[in-house]
Amino acid sequence: MFEIHCPYCNEKRPEIEFAYAGEAHYVRPTAKEQSEMSDEDWSRYMFIRDNKRGEHAERWWHNAGCNMFFNAIRNTVTDKFVMTYKMGLPPRTDKQIDAARRTDAKEKASS
Amino acid sequence: MSAFRKTGRGRVDASKVINFTFDGKSYQGVQGDTVASALLANGNHLMGRSFKYHRPRGVLGAGWEEPNALIAVDRGKGRVTPNVRATTQEIYEGLKAESQNRSPNLKFDMGAFNNAFSMFFPAGFYNKTFMWPKSFWDKVYEPFIRNMAGLGPAPDADDPDVYASVYGHCETLIIGAGPAGIAAALAAAKNGERIILVDENAQMGGSLLSTPSIEIDGKPAGKWLETSLKALAKAENVTLMTRTTATGYYHDNFVALAERITHHVPNAEIGKVREALHRIRAGKVILAQGGIERPLVFNGNDRPGVMLASAAQTYLGEYGVAVGNEVAVFTSHDSAYQAAFDVADANTRIAAIIDVRGTIRDDLIMGATERGIKVIKSAAITKTFGKLRVKACEVYEPESGNKTKLNCDAILMSGGWTPSLHLWSHSKGGIKWDADLAAYIPDAPNENAVCIGACNGDFGIAAALSAGHKAGGGRKTYKTNETDFGTGLVLSSLPSYLDSSKQKAFVDFQNDVTEKDIKLAVSEGFKSIEHVKRYTTNGMATDQGKTSNLNALEIASKAVGKPIEKVGLTTFRPPYTPTTFGTFTGYRDNELFDPTRKTPIDPWAEANGAAFEPVGHWRRAWYFPKEGEDMHAAVARECKATRDSLGIFDASTLGKIEVVGPDAAKFMNLMYTNPWSKLPVLGCRYGLMCREDGYIYDDGVVGRMAEDRFHVTTTTGGAPRVYRHMEDYLQTEFPELDVWLTSTTEQWAVIAINGPNARKLIEPFVEGIDLSADSFPHMTLREGKICGVPTRLFRVSFTGELGFEINVPAHYGRMVWETLFEEGQKYDICPYGTETMHVLRAEKGFIIVGQDTDGTVTAHDAGMSWAVSKKKRDFVGKRSLARPDLVAEGRKQLIGLLTEDSKEVLEEGAQIVEDPNQPIPMDMLGHVTSSYWSESLGRSIAMAVVRDGFNRMGETLNIPMPDKVIKAKVVKPVFYDPKGERLNVV
Ligand SMILES: [Zn+2]
Repeated sequence: MFEIHCPYCNEKRPEIEFAYAGEAHYVRPTAKEQSEMSDEDWSRYMFIRDNKRGEHAERWWHNAGCNMFFNAIRNTVTDKFVMTYKMGLPPRTDKQIDAARRTDAKEKASS
Repeated sequence: MSAFRKTGRGRVDASKVINFTFDGKSYQGVQGDTVASALLANGNHLMGRSFKYHRPRGVLGAGWEEPNALIAVDRGKGRVTPNVRATTQEIYEGLKAESQNRSPNLKFDMGAFNNAFSMFFPAGFYNKTFMWPKSFWDKVYEPFIRNMAGLGPAPDADDPDVYASVYGHCETLIIGAGPAGIAAALAAAKNGERIILVDENAQMGGSLLSTPSIEIDGKPAGKWLETSLKALAKAENVTLMTRTTATGYYHDNFVALAERITHHVPNAEIGKVREALHRIRAGKVILAQGGIERPLVFNGNDRPGVMLASAAQTYLGEYGVAVGNEVAVFTSHDSAYQAAFDVADANTRIAAIIDVRGTIRDDLIMGATERGIKVIKSAAITKTFGKLRVKACEVYEPESGNKTKLNCDAILMSGGWTPSLHLWSHSKGGIKWDADLAAYIPDAPNENAVCIGACNGDFGIAAALSAGHKAGGGRKTYKTNETDFGTGLVLSSLPSYLDSSKQKAFVDFQNDVTEKDIKLAVSEGFKSIEHVKRYTTNGMATDQGKTSNLNALEIASKAVGKPIEKVGLTTFRPPYTPTTFGTFTGYRDNELFDPTRKTPIDPWAEANGAAFEPVGHWRRAWYFPKEGEDMHAAVARECKATRDSLGIFDASTLGKIEVVGPDAAKFMNLMYTNPWSKLPVLGCRYGLMCREDGYIYDDGVVGRMAEDRFHVTTTTGGAPRVYRHMEDYLQTEFPELDVWLTSTTEQWAVIAINGPNARKLIEPFVEGIDLSADSFPHMTLREGKICGVPTRLFRVSFTGELGFEINVPAHYGRMVWETLFEEGQKYDICPYGTETMHVLRAEKGFIIVGQDTDGTVTAHDAGMSWAVSKKKRDFVGKRSLARPDLVAEGRKQLIGLLTEDSKEVLEEGAQIVEDPNQPIPMDMLGHVTSSYWSESLGRSIAMAVVRDGFNRMGETLNIPMPDKVIKAKVVKPVFYDPKGERLNVV
């Protein structure tokens, strides 16, 4: 069972308080965009996901806690969370993910 | 004192005699014995029969790795535990143990005919034999397999015992209290942080318990152990747990510990906790699980009396039991010499040490010579003799071709050691092949964890102690007087003059897998070790291959012609050892297994004889049978009473969400297909919700309490997912909207009053609301008081009759219900349940989301295009509703069905076809979604989704059933009062 850092509670909490909510950073097109979108593009938005092997951006919901949705980078091979961040922030860059990985390793080494 | 108990040896208390039975026969053991050690003390090696061939089996090990000696412990009705290892079950006064896999008894087993026909049971036997014909499954194959595959019978009565569930936290969790674990705890205890040290056995100490001659820093091992454990017990920051197995290692250092509290206690009281599951979150995990000795794979290696060398050492050192009078030792590893010396020093004759290797360390040869033990180098055992116990073996020396028969009543074998990587593997820690050890050892960790001692490949007591101290943050180096633990040779194919097809050389003792089976699997094309495992079932028994995995891997790698490290290791999965269901269940048993939600009116329904049905987590009154009524009769009466006069229904389970804020209407416009902006305050509207894919997700009546406040209702089962759906969109897609959502399902009790007398009933109790039809029309709501308490009173109807839904704060629900029920006697008020509600709504053609829709039905398919706004620029699902598939011709659409025979009630789920005489598989048009007997109409009615249904009005379709074909006419799905006049009763 994971320990997940909720970026709103700013605290690590057990996985049972959370629910997974799918891949992150698929932004719903505006009404205008939707009306101009081809059926193919709309289907891609609706149904196609990267399902990446490795560091994966995903949504989690702290439903038995603060009730907030947030984003996370989690490695689908090791199952490890690299970082979590608030909803609405842009996708994390490789640089940001690297930095988070280093901070995490440092914390582990000092514990 | 039995013949095999050695006075002055072991840690048992020989003065405390304990009586127990094994297969009905009485035995005596002493305080501290296990079932296995006590039986061995009585000279009894035969403890089980094997799984497939029912071969007689003795005890192989002395601990949790034991594959053979499985017993059932019988503590009375509902308290029989099968598949307990005799090597780990402590004896207590009155213990009843039974052997398994045998009929009628252990010494004479009918099933052993399998053994004689073992050529019929090769690898892949199950896959090959029980394949064809299909008709053989029920009557031949399955009973055969069930009969033969006896790993103990499942209990046949409820378990009356109590199981506990506990959470725990610590900075350091140490698993395994052998020398490594204890030294780690001693060092770690100094910094004051919380430490938990667990061991699966009754006593802490691991190998120190059976090696009394060892001295640690000049002190006898026993003394060192006692002092160390005392110090740890005194430290306030250290928790010591014995009889506790770490069964699984999960993400982020979450470890499950199964503690056996009363397994060793006579007459354990019912009602006291038997086992506890501790869920521990640790900062750091130190794994000191030790290693497991490997058997040698030779012909006849499963005869009772053949066992691991280290096990004999444990029986002697810990329990004071000699495993025989004359013992042969067969080894490819140095460590067996020390075992042989310990046994010899306790005055047991060593027939010989037979070593596969040609070169042996001088000090070992010297030790043997001192004790007068003959060492036969470059030799192997090629046969064993004896029926239920070994009485001799054949020693073969390949260089000379000599074969010698050697008398012995036990054979101690050692094929080297396997570090226990089970929990390390659960944690996804990396592993690497160590050629010197011929074993996998830990590589890079995946969690904050470390392996120390034998499970890290560091064998020997001094090495374990020093590694432990270091892992605990210390720097002490320990010194002992032990002989060098040494090295060995891993050889799965031992020298023999017999063709391997003629040998019975067992690899997996519990699942009866031989060397031959593994070679056969490879020759049949199974190259991956995971496939070999599944095909041969090697390592798939309850011991998870603790003694067999490495030998199987070695044999397979040779057969495949690839180095071991290229063949890989099968994955270890939790639990580490078999764990009872009770442990996992803990307190979540019976009524706590899956909690039942009850409405405030539920006790009234129960007192008034309601039959209940589960709806999601709720239990709801299903119908209220009167004396002698079945469901059909009760529902017919309830329907009639409601339509004729007055019905009362508990609708409290409806999901309710309060949507509040300046942008509430905007938000509602996005979440529902209907338009909301123009709904006046105190107006109600039926709301239809889609997912983004355009399919119906939920529905319910919504009331507008104020410009900025909506009282939303959802289906009973849909409340949690609708709330989540709304929160998700509000937080992530429409965060600019100023809206708050609050789940209010349990804040309101809801009483639905339906029937021509509904208004008359409530009138005397309502304050502040004009109930007249003109000022309180259908699909509006009012706030006021009823029975003196505040209410949100909705004038709505799910039955087609004049109806009100009375929302009152939950704790007033029962009072209002009882008051109205009493007054309602004037009108023959009838309480009704969910079944009648379903019939009444179906008569009106109202859908139930999840019954008449299944996640592939759009509003248009359901005949509800009227609920979808054409003007709104956006709502969830809008774009998908324009997808080609969703606007295509020939979609399944919701229609009504009237059977030709009006008495015939269709089965829900029945398939519908055009031509019932077409060949199978038929072209199926759709299926029946709702079907009832309608008392009001005096005939059956049904709803169905049918391909192109709207264009089939008036057509007759066919519903083929096993015994007949039912004909039904397609109609509009409104059967009763299609003009809706009954709503307007004055
Ligand atoms: Zn939170």
